[in-house]
Amino acid sequence: MKITRILALGLMLSGAMVASGAALAQVVPATPPAPAEDGGLEVTVSDESEWQDLGIAITSFATDADVPTRTNAGTTGALGRALSQVVAGDLKNNGLFKPSGPDGLPQPAYAQVQAPDYGTWASRSADMLVQGYVRAGADGNLTVGCYLYDVALKQQLVKGGWQVPASDWRRAAHKCADMVYSRLSGESPFFDSKIAYIAETGPKDHRMKRLAIMDSDGANHRYLTSGQAMALTPRYSPDYSKILYLSYLNGQPSIYSYDLATDRQTLVARTGAPTLAPRWSPDGKWVLYSMAKSGTTDIYRISSAGGGTPQKLTNGPGINIGGSYSPDGSQIVFESDRSGSQQIYVMGADGSNQRRISFFGGRAATPEWSPRGDQIAFTHIAGNLRVAVMSPSGGGMRHLTDNWQDEAPTWSPNGRIVQFFRTAKTSGTASIWQVDLTGRNERKLPTPVGASDPAWGPVRP
Amino acid sequence: MPTSPSLARNTRVGATMLVVAGALAISACAKKAPLQLPPEPGPATSTDTGTGSMGVATPGSQADFVAKMMGSDTIYFALDKYDVDAEDQQALAKQAQWLTQYPAKRATIEGHADERGTREYNLALGERRANSAKNYLISLGVEPARLNTISYGKERPIALGSDEQSWAQNRRAVTVTID
Repeated sequence: MKITRILALGLMLSGAMVASGAALAQVVPATPPAPAEDGGLEVTVSDESEWQDLGIAITSFATDADVPTRTNAGTTGALGRALSQVVAGDLKNNGLFKPSGPDGLPQPAYAQVQAPDYGTWASRSADMLVQGYVRAGADGNLTVGCYLYDVALKQQLVKGGWQVPASDWRRAAHKCADMVYSRLSGESPFFDSKIAYIAETGPKDHRMKRLAIMDSDGANHRYLTSGQAMALTPRYSPDYSKILYLSYLNGQPSIYSYDLATDRQTLVARTGAPTLAPRWSPDGKWVLYSMAKSGTTDIYRISSAGGGTPQKLTNGPGINIGGSYSPDGSQIVFESDRSGSQQIYVMGADGSNQRRISFFGGRAATPEWSPRGDQIAFTHIAGNLRVAVMSPSGGGMRHLTDNWQDEAPTWSPNGRIVQFFRTAKTSGTASIWQVDLTGRNERKLPTPVGASDPAWGPVRP
Repeated sequence: MPTSPSLARNTRVGATMLVVAGALAISACAKKAPLQLPPEPGPATSTDTGTGSMGVATPGSQADFVAKMMGSDTIYFALDKYDVDAEDQQALAKQAQWLTQYPAKRATIEGHADERGTREYNLALGERRANSAKNYLISLGVEPARLNTISYGKERPIALGSDEQSWAQNRRAVTVTID
């Protein structure tokens, strides 16, 4: 009976795969997340909050048959354990939950995945229970199911199923973690996402800077450039097909578009002058870049499809640079020193109605509009460099970090976490960190070498 | 003693100038050691310094330029500034004189910033500083077509400390002639 239901799920998955041709399809409609309350994460990480104190037991995912897989985890049995470890890591490492398992917990049998032994878990003081399964298909693909149960209510809260190529097995675990997180917090998911960044090696005055990518948890790390030419300031396209970044190729600093399917790169604009600070519009149709010419720097907009005349959005004086779109694409927040020092301005997407919004002392740089639209993260320079947030009108400024040099924030896809890079005094060693909107859950990301300029992409479909 | 610092310089740079003066008094040109073009990271490339077998720079080479400039191949800027002050003007005049003597030579002016700023802004600031030096050389009669600029922002420090002295040395524009 239970197996039949699982098989039915598998059939549905196969059908969806054929229909959509997608590499990964979520076919079990997830229960709509509970309505988000105002304050969101601020509530979730406060001591009074309820859901993040929930005892969540995450069990090793079961399998119907322990068979070899084309994954680095081993057989489906070993993979089941690895999947649950990724789920537990996601929920734990972001300071959101304090889950237990899979180590030290009973391992449910395949038949128990959809019929949990509530008595056992109640006696272990678990409030919530995550169970799942993994099955290997004849085509080499994997089917992963994920279930969240409320132990006290003895009731299933939400379930999800995904079919993935073996190489994408971690994505199924991230989807499971996203489902659990969304159901319990009422927030949008963010684990199944990727980060582009700059990998740094070598001494301070001869540092090699390479373009690199990784999953949101640091896995699947990959270098994209050799380091022969210095690479800086990457930005993932909204569909993850390309990365815009600054390269010193041929000694001419310019923005290139790196195509991830073909590993080819192209110049974004042939200007005869250095271009820097690339940005995408939320719909991926526009690219912003800044161009330094004759001692001034201005922001330009060009079609991402190529062709067309770049449109100059700012007109001096001084340095106007960067730019981050509001989620609806109608406005751009950017940085300018036209007042005499770096400050933050907002303008219409066509360059109209430019107005300064930062008036709290010190300098303000690298603004990034939250995907939720309600906050702007930026670097506040007043002695030290610190990551801060403010409202789009410039009010409510508060620091999220307090260190010697933290800069260049980038938002999680759900606008609840900010990543940035921290530079150590004297050694200049750079590392990527993240912090939630309370400023309390701060964590260094695991990267193989030094790391800077994180750029967090959206949740994958 | 080097020429006295311009009054326009802020106190941080003024302090640095005193340090520089002290270093000069102790060792002939510890501070004015030839600056080398910061190499691209990656496999080491052999740099032809243009130095002859006797250790004498070939006239008109980059090595000759560095030797003749005695440190004047680099000009320094105050915090967040990009203006060419009186001391910078003397250095640039010396550069222009050499460039006039070797009219076939081209040069790249590298602009830099200290580490205490954000990365992208410092790239733009370095470009602005290099452009200031370029404009001044042009005003002295150097053909604009002979001069290029490039900014390394805060990515290529010459002084490695995280202190005011190091930052003052890193806020610079370096002229490098192309052999």
